[in-house]
Amino acid sequence: MASQANRRSGLLIWFSTSMIVLWLLIAIGPFAWTVWGSFKVQGDFFSKADWRNAVYGVMTTVETGSAFTLNGYAGAWIQEEFWRNVLNTSFVVTFTVIISLTIGTLGGYALARSGFRYAFWILIAALVFRAMPHITLVSGYLLPFFQWNLWGHLTTTVVVLVAINQPFTLWMLHSFFLNIPKDMDESAMVDGCTRFQAFRHVIIPVMWPGVITTGLFSFLLAYNDFAITSMLLSSENQTMVPKIASFLGTVREQGNVMFAVAAVVSAIIPLFFLVLFFQRQIVSGLTTGAVKG
Amino acid sequence: MPHRTFVWFIAPTLTAMILFIALPIVSVAIQSLYVAHEQVIIEVENCNPFKCEAALTVDVEATRKLNEDAPLGRFNALGTYANRNHLALAEIGVVWNESKSWRQFVAGVYNLPFYKALFFTLTYTFVVAPVVLVLGLFVALGVNALPRITKGPTIFVSLLPMIVTPLIGSLILFWMVDADGIIGATLQLVFDDNDLSLKASAPLTWILLIVYGIWHNTPFSFIVFYAGLQTVPKETIEAAQIDGATRWQRVRYVVVPYLMPLAVFIILMQLMDGFRIFEPIVGFSASAKATSLSWIIFNDLFGDAKLFGSAAATSMMTIIGVCFLLTPVLIRTWRDFNTRRV
Repeated sequence: MASQANRRSGLLIWFSTSMIVLWLLIAIGPFAWTVWGSFKVQGDFFSKADWRNAVYGVMTTVETGSAFTLNGYAGAWIQEEFWRNVLNTSFVVTFTVIISLTIGTLGGYALARSGFRYAFWILIAALVFRAMPHITLVSGYLLPFFQWNLWGHLTTTVVVLVAINQPFTLWMLHSFFLNIPKDMDESAMVDGCTRFQAFRHVIIPVMWPGVITTGLFSFLLAYNDFAITSMLLSSENQTMVPKIASFLGTVREQGNVMFAVAAVVSAIIPLFFLVLFFQRQIVSGLTTGAVKG
Repeated sequence: MPHRTFVWFIAPTLTAMILFIALPIVSVAIQSLYVAHEQVIIEVENCNPFKCEAALTVDVEATRKLNEDAPLGRFNALGTYANRNHLALAEIGVVWNESKSWRQFVAGVYNLPFYKALFFTLTYTFVVAPVVLVLGLFVALGVNALPRITKGPTIFVSLLPMIVTPLIGSLILFWMVDADGIIGATLQLVFDDNDLSLKASAPLTWILLIVYGIWHNTPFSFIVFYAGLQTVPKETIEAAQIDGATRWQRVRYVVVPYLMPLAVFIILMQLMDGFRIFEPIVGFSASAKATSLSWIIFNDLFGDAKLFGSAAATSMMTIIGVCFLLTPVLIRTWRDFNTRRV
């Protein structure tokens, strides 16, 4: 019905489509370029003579006999033992997500169901904590952690990341629980459930969409963190992101930049699949935040 | 919910936040008032067969003991805040007295590390936020007009720059603008200048960081606007059409006012995000040309000589800055909460 009125001039359609295409190129171009280039040698990926070398792999063919090479990946994963960092990241991320969702769900539920003023003040404090750059807390951690020998362990990092995650998790789950009608758990309590039983039997079965969305963002926070992990972990048990950062200093002189490129591509792949499978949840998570402030 | 039950539910998360956020802030505040011990210097006599000489050396044992007894260092009150690496009150006074024009004064202040970082942080924040807002709106309008089948893949691709680890995202761009990378080499060719390096000049480094910021943040603004567009009531747009509004007028007078609250939200989020800019400076190895408050803290703490007092003072000033930026959000949350209670 609106089609008649909504029909637009050819020029506008052409303009808006070409703008979107341009945006898509800008958005994905750097990734495509780096993924493609990670299978080349340095002489191609950083080719001063002609950028097309990186597309066809001219130097790669000369050096390795084939247009594609796994040298970068072999160097990063085997020689530089990047797999250790991948394992460390998996450990840190898994436990951070599980623990912060568990305690965040309980807290978020309580905040959504309590009308007292102190609940509001907790939320306000969480909002301020959420806005602070994480690096500002680090000098507060280092001194006590050195004193008590807690520095450099993966578990310490998990605990710190869980805590740093809480403000966000609380806000997200708080606004999610507000949308679950009060009547549901309250009628269960009228029937004789305690508050915790009502939570266990009535709320938990319906809360998964919100929890999954929140979990995705907790995952991203832990996975993408550089400020905390680079400061709290010793060089033996670094996670991926600080390891890549420390690659840069050492690798450049040895002419092994391709190790870093391969490591970077390896670290992007999980994120790629995350977006592929959870696109809908990520979008809804970003917008819940928007609606609820 | 009764107080007792509330406490049981909130206890784990509240404990975590108090132990690892609230107490560290207190600890940072205390640390910022202290400064590292000076080394204990003692006078020793170095005697050789001919004569004895008095010399000054560091008493390693006593220094170690001092550090063990009082790991915080010695009390310095607000001295760290005022010194050259922070607010630099004395230096500013000197610059003020010596400079003959405003230009000279600004240049003098810019040479002080804290103000240099503050200047970049604010420039970055206040350039990226509005650009991201406008760009996101246009992308959202464009995607909204696409055929249904292409919307999903478009959103997928658009999400990538935002979801990627900031350090990794900046590295990817950094390698492309490297003197031998695709963009860097092409620019050298276009301008016919073999020494052209985006990393060597301060303005180009700033532009690079800002471009990265726009690339990284536009998806957020796009997604929020796009979701907002889905909720604009069709009836209002049709009513405007019937009244003879052109397409541009419909966007300007119907859609944009409807999206206004979202725009405020995006701007606030962008200001907060911009204020904490840090990873790109590491990724682009830009610290010689552009520093930010977060980067200064990182730099103080990284490596062997850990300047706890100095980092803590910068941290405190950053936290105060964030609270300042946050005031409008806090006021709005306060109003929302009170209306909800009524």
